Amino acid sequence: MPIITYIQNDGTEHQVSLPMGATLMEGAVQNDVKGIVAECGGSCMCATCHVYIDEQFLDLLPEMEEEEAEMLEGASAEIKPNSRLGCQVRVSPKLDGIIVRIPEKQ
Amino acid sequence: MSKKVVIIGAGHGGIQVVASLREEGFEGEIVLIASEKEMPYQKPPLSKGYLQGKQSEESILFRSANYYENNNISLRLGEQIVKVNIAENQVITDSGEVISYTHLILATGANNRKLTSDGVEIPNIFYLRTLTDAQIIAQKLENSQSVAIIGGGFIGLELAALASEKGKKVTVIESQTRLMERVLPAVISTVFQQTHEQHGVQICLNSHIEQITEEGIQTKEGFIQADLILAGIGVIPASSLAEEAGIICENGVVVNEFQQTSVTNIYAVGDCANHYNVFAGKNIRLESVQNAVDQAKVAVSHILEKPQAYRAVPWFWTNQYHLKLQMVGISVGFDEYVVRGESGSDKFSVYYFKNKQLIAVDSLNRAADHLNARKLITAGISPTKGQIEDLSFNLNNCL
Repeated sequence: MPIITYIQNDGTEHQVSLPMGATLMEGAVQNDVKGIVAECGGSCMCATCHVYIDEQFLDLLPEMEEEEAEMLEGASAEIKPNSRLGCQVRVSPKLDGIIVRIPEKQ
Repeated sequence: MSKKVVIIGAGHGGIQVVASLREEGFEGEIVLIASEKEMPYQKPPLSKGYLQGKQSEESILFRSANYYENNNISLRLGEQIVKVNIAENQVITDSGEVISYTHLILATGANNRKLTSDGVEIPNIFYLRTLTDAQIIAQKLENSQSVAIIGGGFIGLELAALASEKGKKVTVIESQTRLMERVLPAVISTVFQQTHEQHGVQICLNSHIEQITEEGIQTKEGFIQADLILAGIGVIPASSLAEEAGIICENGVVVNEFQQTSVTNIYAVGDCANHYNVFAGKNIRLESVQNAVDQAKVAVSHILEKPQAYRAVPWFWTNQYHLKLQMVGISVGFDEYVVRGESGSDKFSVYYFKNKQLIAVDSLNRAADHLNARKLITAGISPTKGQIEDLSFNLNNCL
């Protein structure tokens, strides 16, 4: 199973191995990574699972759909080129080793 | 005396109580009691991704199993509480075990309203609430060609959409004059009706059921053949434990702005809690993720003696086919509305005003409008009609 490293805004690191097909949001919430709210439970409804993706993995991610881009605009923390919604990124073998940073607020 | 919080119910409300207590640094005992035997899971995906086959049982869990262990939470699955003893601050399980508490949270949710005939539940009708219900419906759907759905509300229509996407012949029977009439205006009901009809779903409005048999449903207007009958006709708050304990109940458990019931160390959150809602301007119950989660946080803030009154703006959503409808605020009682985008298309938002004040926004496939509207309504800001209608105007500039 691919290993994901989450880095909380306070610097705390969590290494989590996630089953294929799980989302970055699910991995964070289920494993008690602080700073991901995910109040809608992964329906791309709330923009509270905003994460920053390690630059070198950016191109390996599925492309952002219009809906995700629209929701991201409403996120609370600064939107960067490597911003994604964690609920829309599913784990695949090529994401093994990815680093995901959690913003200061959701 | 150190605090011990016991929570009955492991839906969104119950889980949020647990999570917030630990996040806020509460170090006392936490006992979470769930009547179902499954690890706590989210219910909204059942009528969406789960029954569509897009989400697994694992993906809808709130937390992984080791979360409860790591956070020192006593998780008791498959146990029913049969009695709350308010004099002794104890609850009693179905096996007779007594669990004491200093603070009790009722996060018991609601149960489906069932169709009855002469006071007896009509057999062979399936309802969706729990994972077990969803598993049964998934199997029944597989073996059925025709599906009749009683109730044209959110649940009924989400089921209709996924059944028709599975190639079933679907009929929806609704007694009102249009779909989701209780909560949506005609302009949005119509888009949903047209979309369902384009997918081959037959929508019967103003339809009144005379008899339900194994072959199907006899209405005043005709007979609807169905291999499978599903119903989504509303819920009854699960407040019997509270009532029997002598806690004041009326359409659910009555709570104050800190989620306290008539017994001050017993709180109720989520679907079962009848609260005064400032956005509705009256006492209501809300059946939504937002309400359960935000009320849980309020109850925790009160237990931890940093009280924050409940004043969160309500929001809801439904997914049917490619239509994603997001609602914020309570539109009932509006006196004017303004549309952003092309009315009647599959991408527009409706802004509702009452006495010139923005009170609610429904967004169809316009996610950014929804997030913006949540901020506007929370802040009490009302954009002008011109600003709303002008798609080139960024409504975030009003904030």
